[in-house]
Amino acid sequence: MKARTIVEKIWDSHVVAEKPGAPALLYIDLHLTHEVTSPQAFSTLRERGLKVRRPDLTIATMDHSTPTTSRDLPMLDTVGKAQLDQMEKNCKDFGIRLYDLKTTKQGIVHVIGPEQGLTQPGMTIVCGDSHTATHGAFGALAFGIGTSQVGHVFATQCLLQTPSQSYAIRVEGALKPGVSAKDIILAVIAKIGIGGGTGTVFEYQGSTIRSLSMEERMTICNMSIEGGARAGLVAPDDTTYQYISGREFAPKGADWDAAVAHWKQLPTDPGAQYAKELTLDAATLEPMVTFGTNPGMGIPINGAIPDPASVSDPIEKSDLIKALKYMDLEPGKQLKGHKIDVVFVGSCTNSRISDLRAAASVMKGRKVNPSVRMLVVPGSMQVKKQAEAEGLDKIFRDAGADFREAGCSMCLAMNGDQLEPGEYSVSTSNRNFEGRQGKGGRTFLASPLTAAASAVTGVVTDVRTLL
Amino acid sequence: MKLEKIESKIAVLPIDNIDTDQIIPARYLKSISKDGLGEGLFRDWRLNADGTPKPDFVLNKPEAKGVQILVTGDNFGCGSSREHAPWALVQSGIRAVISTSFADIFKGNALKNQLLPVVVPADAHAELLKSPWATVKIDLVAQKVTLPSGRVVEFPIDAFAKTCLVEGVDELGYMLQQEPAIAAFEAKRVGSVNTLR
Repeated sequence: MKARTIVEKIWDSHVVAEKPGAPALLYIDLHLTHEVTSPQAFSTLRERGLKVRRPDLTIATMDHSTPTTSRDLPMLDTVGKAQLDQMEKNCKDFGIRLYDLKTTKQGIVHVIGPEQGLTQPGMTIVCGDSHTATHGAFGALAFGIGTSQVGHVFATQCLLQTPSQSYAIRVEGALKPGVSAKDIILAVIAKIGIGGGTGTVFEYQGSTIRSLSMEERMTICNMSIEGGARAGLVAPDDTTYQYISGREFAPKGADWDAAVAHWKQLPTDPGAQYAKELTLDAATLEPMVTFGTNPGMGIPINGAIPDPASVSDPIEKSDLIKALKYMDLEPGKQLKGHKIDVVFVGSCTNSRISDLRAAASVMKGRKVNPSVRMLVVPGSMQVKKQAEAEGLDKIFRDAGADFREAGCSMCLAMNGDQLEPGEYSVSTSNRNFEGRQGKGGRTFLASPLTAAASAVTGVVTDVRTLL
Repeated sequence: MKLEKIESKIAVLPIDNIDTDQIIPARYLKSISKDGLGEGLFRDWRLNADGTPKPDFVLNKPEAKGVQILVTGDNFGCGSSREHAPWALVQSGIRAVISTSFADIFKGNALKNQLLPVVVPADAHAELLKSPWATVKIDLVAQKVTLPSGRVVEFPIDAFAKTCLVEGVDELGYMLQQEPAIAAFEAKRVGSVNTLR
């Protein structure tokens, strides 16, 4: 039998039908949905008199437009409120389980899936959200879809798909202190560029990846889309099984044993072919920070901002000039030491309990610099509860940071949490596009450690000077 | 709606990696319908903070009136999965985007909304970048673009997506017809792993 990659194995076991001249009909095991990309898909169902075929495999949450201020306060954003109300009505009308703002399990869709044990190895998982690749950390084939496709999955539990090629990304060796999962993925994207993975699925491999926790693997898989890949995954191992075991939707008893036996068959066979390969030496990695207006514009913390004069391609050169103008930065200088206004710790990339612990380890006994506003937004209400149980909320509040309710928040600034024009942030989120965190705002992407260190000093900081 | 031929002046936006946050900023995504999204198209590149147009932005030029084809740099449509991006483009009269590459999710979304993502070779792209407001013809059936110089280049497109566009096939309708296969697949998997219970 032909040696197959994990992606090929998952693909093969989910093909419902293949007809000549058309893409394969691929079965979807888990459909996650939120308030922003679903309303028009529900409208399609109503217009055509269709039902949600498998409400039992569909899970909804509210995360993008949700306020992160107290849940006891009335919501002032009437347009956002209307969107949340519509989500509630849609889920009620179509029989879908919804984690709304009143539940203790609400949170960012890519945080709650794994947290509830919904995300499992070997599954096909989709969501109308490009960061769905996060679930790939469990060895699932998980990818973002548009609203038309959300409607297709609602109605048929399937998608028309063509297979993607696999791109092996190997990271080998031990990370240096102060270097984290976020730095690995920012380094990968800086190396291959934000279109480098287009048409492929990343399979992250190597001893460094194996040594990472599930939450760290989620951070890496989450940003696969920033490298152009629709999906990214890590083959499951004991770390994966230990994480899933005992969670609400995890298989139990004999089902658990059967599931693990099945999951152990998933890893890529020896000799399977990859379309592309990249290897990184973990020991060479430094804390990373982005300087520009796409996530590929990243440099090591002690590196220099690139000079457009050294770029030959005319469009690349003008894009770099445009980015530096928007960011108001000078080529050749270090970003380290640049003054900042805001620090955001949150988003589906870095809002889990280990991220909050990392940030708190730097903040403990220190204060947020008076020139900085710091926002810590847990990825879910469960993460918030755990942080409070560990006293992390107190560390953040004592330092002068704002500790909020769960949601996407300032990652994409739909809910009122945003930068003012011209402000600089160090953000643990995933995108530094122009205006992403608020019109005219300027984003430096970094790890929770780097973000916390920068909050303390008020400038972009090498966390290793504070460890 | 069917799409076969487009003939139009081209607006040139020579920037790589134009992300969907630029095509339509997140603050326009609170709508629960598809209406009125054209207002958000390239909002922060197109308009000043006070709502007045930025005269230098390509779609604000007098020549841009009636333009149906946009020519951009590499990797157009990267970033979020928001289908609001092609909705906003189509509502603003754009029917095709020509580039050297497109982000995967954007490309799929565009094809489902009668917006044609046309990938041309680098030399053809270079000619287009140098020919703002020239007239270009796109023939979807023949998969050919006639450049301003008269030279004709072919472009690739997924065969099924092409059929859907040219013949007006309803993709969801096509999927619903496969109900027996879906039911059989589900029946085979009852009680197996990867089924939530």
